[in-house]
Amino acid sequence: MTESTSLRRTPLHDVHLELGGRMVPFAGWEMPVQYTGIVEEHKAVRNAAGVFDISHMGQLLVSGKGAAAFLNRTLTNDVSKLSPGQGQYTLLLNDKGGVVDDLIAYRTSEREFFLVVNASRIDADWEHLEKQLTEEDDVMMANASDFTAGLAVQGPRSREVFQRVFENSAPYPEKNTILISMTENGPMWLCGTGYTGEDGFEFFVPIEKAVTWFRSIVDAVKAEGGVPCGLGSRDTLRLEMGYPLYGNDLSEGRSPLQAGLGFFVAMEKGDFTGREALAAQKANGMPDKLAAFRMTGTAPPPRPHYPVLHGGQIVGEVCSGTQSPSLSAGIGMTYLPSAIATLGTPIEIEVRGRQFPAEIVKKPFYRKA
Amino acid sequence: MSNIPENLRYRDSHEWIDPTQDPAPVGITDHAQAELTDVVFVDLPKVGAVVTMGQQVCVIESVKAASDIYAPVSGEIVAVNEALQNEPGLINTAPYAGGYIFKIKPSNAAELEQLMTPAAYAAHIG
Repeated sequence: MTESTSLRRTPLHDVHLELGGRMVPFAGWEMPVQYTGIVEEHKAVRNAAGVFDISHMGQLLVSGKGAAAFLNRTLTNDVSKLSPGQGQYTLLLNDKGGVVDDLIAYRTSEREFFLVVNASRIDADWEHLEKQLTEEDDVMMANASDFTAGLAVQGPRSREVFQRVFENSAPYPEKNTILISMTENGPMWLCGTGYTGEDGFEFFVPIEKAVTWFRSIVDAVKAEGGVPCGLGSRDTLRLEMGYPLYGNDLSEGRSPLQAGLGFFVAMEKGDFTGREALAAQKANGMPDKLAAFRMTGTAPPPRPHYPVLHGGQIVGEVCSGTQSPSLSAGIGMTYLPSAIATLGTPIEIEVRGRQFPAEIVKKPFYRKA
Repeated sequence: MSNIPENLRYRDSHEWIDPTQDPAPVGITDHAQAELTDVVFVDLPKVGAVVTMGQQVCVIESVKAASDIYAPVSGEIVAVNEALQNEPGLINTAPYAGGYIFKIKPSNAAELEQLMTPAAYAAHIG
């Protein structure tokens, strides 16, 4: 089977083509990398608004009397802190403390949770959760990924976009909240989240309603001075904020502590999968840590897998890397030995056999003026 | 529609060469720059390099990807467009003028005949 025949298409595929989207393979899906250009789309999100197709992402429903206890045993953050209608960033770990996935867990009611997971990890997540499920848990799991499309609206004019589309039929979802709404276009999960550092919302709808929703959102976004956006700008936007991407910056081989995500690990809540390994890392130190770097002069954009050097030795490779459209500089993230993963450390990035200087900097790379 | 000047010859990998000048400037087409969008870095070739037709000679980088540039004909690279070091976006804004990449002294005039005419290139990019 060739790659093109095995790639899945979102329900918005034909509309992407109509809008001039350049389709590329991503996590087993055929997705638009850009419509008009990465930089233009990136700036639209920073200055006005953009809409992204996130239908490839997965949605898992976990419900039942023991749902909260089950998720607190399997995820790193503390779901008991969530009231119905609230969500949190969290991680699913393996026994060794490695990251199986990073996700958002929303509590939709006292006994129901809605998990939004990475496209490439839906099956792995399901498997890791299901194998930890026992009859005593009194928990039901369902995978809604195949029936659900998703859209993300991001940018400072997201509220105006929302108002144009929803008028007064739903309240604007504040940060990290979720609301389930019945609309004339069917049910909708409306979430106050995003992956760009801008204000915005994401919503998930049945796939048969996706085109209707997408067209009305695209019209509203354009009316607010924005554009539809592809995965290219999604990547530059999230990297400017220093947000990790599963597969680049997160993997089963490294812990969330190494990735700098300790804030989302509730060590005090009681036992959870991977906790022991994390406690050992806390006690004994970590072999390496994810560090943010910025190119210090004119240089080609750093890209994933380029060698990273320190003092003439190869010490790692670029995990995420790009040219920041907001900063007009190369930025990236790399795992470095803990001793040198400190602010100001000079490193070099090797591009086609030539070394270009960079230094370790603070995240986020980009801050709103 | 993308601009395909009549006086140039083209390679299927989207480089153009101006055979009416000696040395002949080489760049990438309007179609190619529109596909790449947002050129952010140009790794210029070395002046004095002797290259053969179809040899990879340098790399231009957009936010999206790094793209190889191939020599449309054999010859010696006698000049490079230094302006691209500070202003790589010239490739987007003026692909056939200020955005040329290098100048080459062709060593075999017959090779120019193997390149695409404007009509052939227009058909190639559909």
